[in-house]
Amino acid sequence: MSSVMWFEGYWHGLKNEVGGKGASLGEMTGAGLPVPPGFVLTTHGFRASKEASDLDDQLAVLLADLDTDDTAMVAERCGKIRQAIEAMAMDSQVEADLRAAYDELCTMSNAERIPVAVRSSATSEDSPDASFAGEHDTYLWIRGGDDVVDAVRRCWASLFTDRATCYRAEMGYEHRSVEMSVVIQKMVRPISAGVAFTLNPSDGDRSQICIDSAWGFGEGVVSGEVTPDNFLIDKVMFEIGRREISNKAHEFRLTDHDTVEKVETDEERANSASLTDAHIKAIAALAKEAEKHYGCPQDIEWAIDADLPEGGNVVLLQSRPETVWSKKERKSVTGGSNGDFMASIVSTLMNPLHAQKH
Amino acid sequence: MADRFPSPFEVETPEGAEGWQEMYTYSSMFSEARRDFDDSMFWFQDGVHWPNVLTPWDATLFEFAISSLSQYNTRHLQVPPANGIAFRILNGYGYLSPVPADESTIEQRVANFTERAGHYFMNWNDLYDNWMVKIRELVGELEGLEFEPLPEIEDAESVVKAGAGLGSGFALQDNYHRLVSLSLKLWNYHFEFLNLGYAAYLDFFMFCKTVFPNIPDQAIAKMVAGVDVDLFRPDDELKRLARKAVESGVAEAFSAGDVEATCQVLKGSTEGQAWIASFEESAEPWFNFSTGSGFYHHDKIWIENVEVPFEFIRNYIDKVQAGEDLNRPVEAIRAERDRVVSEYTELLGSAEDKEAFEGKLGLARVVFPYVENHNFYVEHWSHSVIWRKMRQLGETFVKEGFWAEPDDIFYLKRTEVEDALFDYFNSWATPEKPMGPAYWPPIIEKRKGICDALGKWKPTPALGEPPEVITEPFTVMLWGITSESVNSWLGGGDAAEGELRGMAASPGVVEGLARVIFSADQIGEIQDGEILVAPLTAPSWAPIFGKIQATVTDTGGMMSHAAIVCREYGLPAVTGTGFATTNLTTGQRIRVDGTNGTVTVLE
Repeated sequence: MSSVMWFEGYWHGLKNEVGGKGASLGEMTGAGLPVPPGFVLTTHGFRASKEASDLDDQLAVLLADLDTDDTAMVAERCGKIRQAIEAMAMDSQVEADLRAAYDELCTMSNAERIPVAVRSSATSEDSPDASFAGEHDTYLWIRGGDDVVDAVRRCWASLFTDRATCYRAEMGYEHRSVEMSVVIQKMVRPISAGVAFTLNPSDGDRSQICIDSAWGFGEGVVSGEVTPDNFLIDKVMFEIGRREISNKAHEFRLTDHDTVEKVETDEERANSASLTDAHIKAIAALAKEAEKHYGCPQDIEWAIDADLPEGGNVVLLQSRPETVWSKKERKSVTGGSNGDFMASIVSTLMNPLHAQKH
Repeated sequence: MADRFPSPFEVETPEGAEGWQEMYTYSSMFSEARRDFDDSMFWFQDGVHWPNVLTPWDATLFEFAISSLSQYNTRHLQVPPANGIAFRILNGYGYLSPVPADESTIEQRVANFTERAGHYFMNWNDLYDNWMVKIRELVGELEGLEFEPLPEIEDAESVVKAGAGLGSGFALQDNYHRLVSLSLKLWNYHFEFLNLGYAAYLDFFMFCKTVFPNIPDQAIAKMVAGVDVDLFRPDDELKRLARKAVESGVAEAFSAGDVEATCQVLKGSTEGQAWIASFEESAEPWFNFSTGSGFYHHDKIWIENVEVPFEFIRNYIDKVQAGEDLNRPVEAIRAERDRVVSEYTELLGSAEDKEAFEGKLGLARVVFPYVENHNFYVEHWSHSVIWRKMRQLGETFVKEGFWAEPDDIFYLKRTEVEDALFDYFNSWATPEKPMGPAYWPPIIEKRKGICDALGKWKPTPALGEPPEVITEPFTVMLWGITSESVNSWLGGGDAAEGELRGMAASPGVVEGLARVIFSADQIGEIQDGEILVAPLTAPSWAPIFGKIQATVTDTGGMMSHAAIVCREYGLPAVTGTGFATTNLTTGQRIRVDGTNGTVTVLE
């Protein structure tokens, strides 16, 4: 049994093996929402590694007489468990699968030692593990097979945070049967990034997609530190109806040490469009897909990844429901006048749009 | 930036055009007698239909068209805000000015319009079917008019003994009266439906802009546009003939040289003869197609200038032989139209809005075939016959020594033709020498000189003080005249250096080399991949649309024929730029943004 599942290979039968986060990324990929590429090290990876080691014996000893009210004791015992997991040899087949998958991700990105995010993915949303996933379980800018293997073990270790361990003990859950999968996803190195709304935020027009974009990371766009380029695209015709190129005086860039820094942008770059027309249309298509997938107007974060090939380099970082216009009641514009078509025609002639605009 | 255009009374007569006023009806002129009115109005030059100097007789159709339009707005339908359109001729060019209805009458007009227009909308298909019958009868009547020289003596049997009491002399004059009368009838028919069609379209347009404030104009046009449109039929016939030539193995004939040489080869085989028969079948009526707007006697008509369709067919033959599929992808066009409609419908908020959207779209689609098709029946087919018959009459006058060329007749006003006919009739009856041969040639000569001088004058795009906002709906739809375009004529607006603004008539952005042409005769100069820049384009230029990348015109709106054809052929187009043919030169690299209505000079 392979312990690696690429996002593209997901179907709902695999949900328990890939956890909530892995399932969500798999589902988005399958729905045509291009999240940054990656894969899941399924629960099989942890299970096989645990079985190949003496971890269960250690757990039995360390958790045998655990007093959950004794915080010092909990901290000490859980610390030891986590150390044990972090030091545990990974099952050789699992490790080989993991390294091979990471290498493939590098090949896809046409670069060596590409940076990835390594995140724990709890096996089911309503399991107690899920309540604690997210505490110490995300490692960004991990590079190289060795570090990826380490980060995966650290994710596994996060099953035994103090709180998670106490909770399981109190609820009578079996520590030995906890499961965890880990998501390994390419870090985006954006040429440009930004946000998009699946409506026009200035007038609520649902037929439009509005894109804000700046060079580099999207932080500046989200925080407002950079005045972004703005594009308005018709959702049906995919025509770019408005393009405003701003002076983007700063950009957020990746340093050599995998940190993000704010730098000044030279004037020519500052005043040139941060997206090509093809990118604009691809982002619009992506936003439209997200709206369709989630069934309501969306507010998405996207990036153009420098490592991915043109035509497949627009990635979706986040999609959440739009909240401003979506909450407003959508009034009917006809005001109950349906049926009286002549009244409408007369009104159109008497009060033409060209006059209303001014 | 100026805030007004010259007063019509300030515009000077171009050198060599002195006395131009004699060429037109007194009532079509700006005049001291009504200077208060003339100076109070804003006039724009109608370059969409009349980009060139009007010869005296050609002014007839200008006058008939505009007065018929006015009559429907004012007297038949009582369009609530709009009376008719005043027209004037200045330095040989037609200027128009919409006249608003008196505020105090509007309530009554709304009631009348609701009843009258409502009747048309409710019975559109029946009335339109009937229109088709009427227009075909009219063309039939026009075709039946004969203008032969008068006989030495009348026929004993058919005229004298038959007891008709009337002969060729009466018939000749009567036929001319009927030609004039049928021309006026034609223009009455033209406007029977047109403004109503636009009104229903505008209503849907406005609804779309209310629910989707940013929706592109072209999206609305696309939802309404028909798939099988008669206006595209001539082009379809050319393609069919090209395919037939290849399939029946007679394509070689088109390499033989000119039309005569080609026909010579074709006649030499059964297949070739069959092809000629097939061509003739297509030609009536579909090649009664003008290479211009159809409003000028000198516009070339395919059926009379067979080299024009032959050249197009030859190009299409090359494409067929290169394996290209010339068929319009009708199914794909229909599917795309359905997709666009269903996606916008999905985006609407309430069931009520969806119902309104569907209702308005439904009506717009019922009325729109008229808007799309009438152009072929009126400006192309009927006008072709009018010009042909007039030329026949001109030829008769040539035979009688009145003037040298058949086309000289167009340098007479329509009332003067009546005078000349009477002169001819009377001198035949007496008999004595007609006055005409001495009287007309110097006048015609002088008028030709005047027209040449006027032709060199670039008409000012407008006259008088523009209103703050152009609100008249038809002005915007048909002529593409908006507050923005008026501003850009005045030299203001927000257009940057090296940029032209116009109507975003057909979407898309392309870059390429400009090819500036001023008439259909220059069509042959256009090279593959160029961007066509012209005062305006006619639907009959469609065959070259497979060669060019985009179109830019001086005049025209969203619904101008150029815009309709460009959308159909998927070419970006910017219309109504005002100055494209003046500001751009052949060979310049330009970018045409048909989505936003801009043209940028790149080098």
